[in-house]
Amino acid sequence: MSQTTFYILLIVVLLAALLTMAAGLIFLERRLLALWQERYGPNRVGPFGLLQVLADIIKLLTKEDWVPRFADRPVFVIAPAIILVATMLSFAVVPFAPGLCVADLNIGLLFFLAMSSLSVYAVALAGWSSNNKYALLGSMRAIGQMVSYEVFMGLSLMGVVAMTGSFRLSDIVAAQERMWFVFPQFAGFAIFFIAGLAETRRLPFDLPEAENELVAGYHTEYSGMKFALFFLGEYVGITLISALIVTLFFGGWYGPWLPPVAWFIIKTLIFISSFILLRGSLLRPRYDQLMAFGWKIMLPLSLVNLAAAGAAVLLKDH
Amino acid sequence: MTSVFYISSGIAVLATLLVVTRTNIVHALLFLIVSLLAVAVDLFVLGAQLAAALEVIIYAGAIMVLFIFVIMMMNLGKAEQEANRHRRSPAWLAAGVLSAVLLAELIYVMVANPGPPVGPGNDPREVAKLLYGPYVLAVELASLLLLSGLVGAYHLGRPEQSRAGTARRLDGSPADSSSGSARPTGLGRAERKTQLGAVVAESSGHDSAAIGGSNAGSGPVPTQEEPS
Repeated sequence: MSQTTFYILLIVVLLAALLTMAAGLIFLERRLLALWQERYGPNRVGPFGLLQVLADIIKLLTKEDWVPRFADRPVFVIAPAIILVATMLSFAVVPFAPGLCVADLNIGLLFFLAMSSLSVYAVALAGWSSNNKYALLGSMRAIGQMVSYEVFMGLSLMGVVAMTGSFRLSDIVAAQERMWFVFPQFAGFAIFFIAGLAETRRLPFDLPEAENELVAGYHTEYSGMKFALFFLGEYVGITLISALIVTLFFGGWYGPWLPPVAWFIIKTLIFISSFILLRGSLLRPRYDQLMAFGWKIMLPLSLVNLAAAGAAVLLKDH
Repeated sequence: MTSVFYISSGIAVLATLLVVTRTNIVHALLFLIVSLLAVAVDLFVLGAQLAAALEVIIYAGAIMVLFIFVIMMMNLGKAEQEANRHRRSPAWLAAGVLSAVLLAELIYVMVANPGPPVGPGNDPREVAKLLYGPYVLAVELASLLLLSGLVGAYHLGRPEQSRAGTARRLDGSPADSSSGSARPTGLGRAERKTQLGAVVAESSGHDSAAIGGSNAGSGPVPTQEEPS
């Protein structure tokens, strides 16, 4: 099999896996939340309610695809596509196993940060083009939140980069053969986890779509397939953040007995479940509390973490 | 790869032309983002991967987001668009002269030394060594500029009482008396603070009530996202 066919096949498999995963996550999230809240969750359609996802997809696809008359049509249509494209592109640099990576760039981590900063446009443009005050307020919250949390999301990763000496994700995984980076870089992991929650706008950071104040935030006016794209983008985003946590802090594909890909998937699923558990257990903060937490606690913490990591690397070298 | 370079260069030029001809300012900004992304592709094809990534992260991902944020707050309507269509300002002449000088310089440089540009390439380590070696003065100057911008933004974003001094507070009036008065500009001010980031905590919920309203009763019961 030639190099090109291998990569094309890899990309097709990856895209199919991601979309299936996102659909499956909807079911997983509803079932897990229900279990933790002593309910049943969807359990009527098919065995264990598994076909509920299919029913949801059919419903979303066959709904009327409606653009409000007062909306800015071209921008309104393009906004939901941006979020899915940007998050899915980030998977190009994630190494799933040795040699199993679409594009092992030497600036892989920067590529991820670039793509995650582009996904801000999806919510910004969705809110603006809807011409609806709730949508606009929601997208303003989203921009403020995502731009602020991006700052120390990048900073929290620099400790790992300093210890590895490379932005290439496969190098970072290879450097964790002896010890996972979560131990020397626990602060970095905690900050990245929280910033990842804010980037994917999940509870407790889902103020941009707080339903009891803003209807549905930036996607108030969206329905049918376009709404489904936002929905899908959120789940692909959760998968991406979990995959990156595994790659950067939990040794990526390393693990005993099982093949490397299996370890990667198992570890990623554990973090996805913890995202869902957080949604079931935490309250939403107020918006000013969110901002104060970010700039007064997380930013200084990530700077201290970076300085400590730099000092440790210097001490080891001399 | 050469064809990719020329295609994305063409997109960059076309998008930039569209930036200056659009009357809807958000559309103009979107074309500017397209142009920046096209330039990033150009840099990537030329082998400067680090510069391409930084172009996307800093220009497209941070600076332009803030531009869009501010323009969104203004909520310019059809009237503004109409006014833009009929605006004839002599200012374009000066801008045109300056651009013509730049274009002439660019053509001169390209004719004088043809061939691919030389530089530290795409190794982040090499770029960092240059930045903190021979060019450290420029880096420090740039950070000074950013710091002065931050201090200025902080000053502008403070609530008016504390900017006016402590005199009023000595009178016995509370420091945060703005919470009761619904100022017409309340939303705009609060948003500007959010954009300036560090300043937002200063208002501690009073000015930003419009965007960060109370959150009573938001229990852990998730309902809104589930397609039922």
